[in-house]
Amino acid sequence: MKYESQRVAMPYFIFALILFAGQIVFGLILGLQYVVGDFLFPEIPFNVARMVHTNLLIVWLLFGFMGATYYLVPEEAQTELHSPLLAWILFWVFAAAGTLTILGYLFVDYSTLADITMNKLLPTMGREFLEQPTITKIGIAVVVVAFLYNIAMTALKGRKTVVNIVLITGLVGLAVLWLFSFYNPGNLATDKYFWWFVVHLWVEGVWELIMGAILAYVLIKLTGVDREVIEKWLYVIIAMALITGIIGTGHHFFWIGPPEYWLWLGSVFSALEPLPFFMMVVFAFTMINRRRRNHPNKAATLWAMGTTVMAFLGAGVWGFLHTLAPVNYYTHGSQITAAHGHMAFYGAYVMIVLTIISYAVPIMRGRPYGNSNTAQIVEMWGFWLMTISMVFITLFLTGAGVLQVWLQRIPESGEALSFMAGQDQIALFYWMRFVAGAFFMAGLVVYFGSFFIKGAASPAEEVRGPATADA
Amino acid sequence: MAERFTKSMARNIYLGGSAFFVLLFLALTFDTQLRAMPERDNREELTEQVVRGKHLWEKNNCVGCHSIMGEGAYFAPELANVFDRRGAGDTEVFKSYMKAWMNAMPTNIPGRRQMPNFGLTDAEIEDLAAFLEWTSKIDDNNWPPNIEG
Repeated sequence: MKYESQRVAMPYFIFALILFAGQIVFGLILGLQYVVGDFLFPEIPFNVARMVHTNLLIVWLLFGFMGATYYLVPEEAQTELHSPLLAWILFWVFAAAGTLTILGYLFVDYSTLADITMNKLLPTMGREFLEQPTITKIGIAVVVVAFLYNIAMTALKGRKTVVNIVLITGLVGLAVLWLFSFYNPGNLATDKYFWWFVVHLWVEGVWELIMGAILAYVLIKLTGVDREVIEKWLYVIIAMALITGIIGTGHHFFWIGPPEYWLWLGSVFSALEPLPFFMMVVFAFTMINRRRRNHPNKAATLWAMGTTVMAFLGAGVWGFLHTLAPVNYYTHGSQITAAHGHMAFYGAYVMIVLTIISYAVPIMRGRPYGNSNTAQIVEMWGFWLMTISMVFITLFLTGAGVLQVWLQRIPESGEALSFMAGQDQIALFYWMRFVAGAFFMAGLVVYFGSFFIKGAASPAEEVRGPATADA
Repeated sequence: MAERFTKSMARNIYLGGSAFFVLLFLALTFDTQLRAMPERDNREELTEQVVRGKHLWEKNNCVGCHSIMGEGAYFAPELANVFDRRGAGDTEVFKSYMKAWMNAMPTNIPGRRQMPNFGLTDAEIEDLAAFLEWTSKIDDNNWPPNIEG
């Protein structure tokens, strides 16, 4: 750690991981409700648990992105953060608002929550992933704008690197697109169209810039490869992401009202969306092969490689599986969608946050070359347990989805099974998914455990090869 | 990557490519929203009652279990075509079906998925029914493939 103010990333990472644990607990509740329908009913109905599960994910990833930004922007800019105090204030504001919102979901009836937060004045609640009370949405907007001010002031007074520029572009995009969450017309078809401006253009647009920038930064540090090379890759990757992903939004417009030309546009461009993810795999592995130093933080290297592979599989391959309109006609809104969503979010965004945590947290804890060997081994056990569990969750949900499509979607009306009759038929897959989820939880516990393992940090002399000025 | 391909070329592809596709996306959005959608989304029947129904749909987080036009959660049946499936395409039949259904919840059958009772008045249930009926008439390229959704 070269600048003292980078340390403000620490509370962001810690809080992100706490929320991650909450997300997984609620994931298990949901998984069980799929097969034991009345589990925790009426205390925690499915819709409440799902809202908690997805909103915790979004909020903890935002905490992770913010922590990553506070950590890497000062170092890239070669200057202290503009205002560590502001970063701390925003941390507490965001943490309090996030916690209150989740507690509101759990302990207040949703329609009552809408009433007491005066949703009537500017109704934005009750849409998937955007369930937050309007006041929380405003709070998120304010926190993000103040955060961007702090980051922009830092970046502007220092060295302007491509990593910083790309990261900040992604964050500005995130903030601007969030404004569409406030637009909720009475026309459902219009509502849905612009809802995707937040959801798709985040995860298949500007978030890829954030992911690419964090990955590039970590690879510069771990491999010691010349920054010029890494920056060139980064530009090509984000170019591909936006060239395919923006019109690729069309794969969501097939069946919600927009005209038929989106069937073509959405199919063609989203079929190309795996490209940037494939390039990330090649990027990470090539840089690591061409490394000019052997960084002793092996765990961070594993996360960096893993995030690209899993993002390619989850977002790329599993996305492609059902993105062509003639296929999507049958798979839209089935368990295939759920399978893709789980692996894509884990591979691309969960793992990139865990990558930067794996690299930065040991440094902030006074272990500049990584944790002790034992701690790294335990962390890598956590990596494999969580990652393999996620592969199985995805496979089981895919199995459930294929059967669901076969039973409920493909036969003619009159012969097709009803939704609930179909669900009964595929219960075995839901049980197996639940077991895989329990293994994921075990992996998370192991991963958390790695933070508490003492022992000598990796010694500096293990760093071999000529270090570049940057590394 | 070969040295001939420089960083500034990569940057120009990024800037030029994304600017072009942002503009194309905006143009397509104007075409979709201003020209195409009025023909497709059944907006002439978008009454105040339908809008009230949409707010009830949102206020009770229906999308937390159900999907509507395939979007939402996959825990409970698709509802964009429930007007056709349960109401046989008839407004009055659908209203009475909705009232009976909403008031019968939860079933409390052990082990089965449960839908809460949202305590809606008859008028509110009619608003919700109007919203679902209106939604069923959006031109969505003939999705879903069959009546089961």
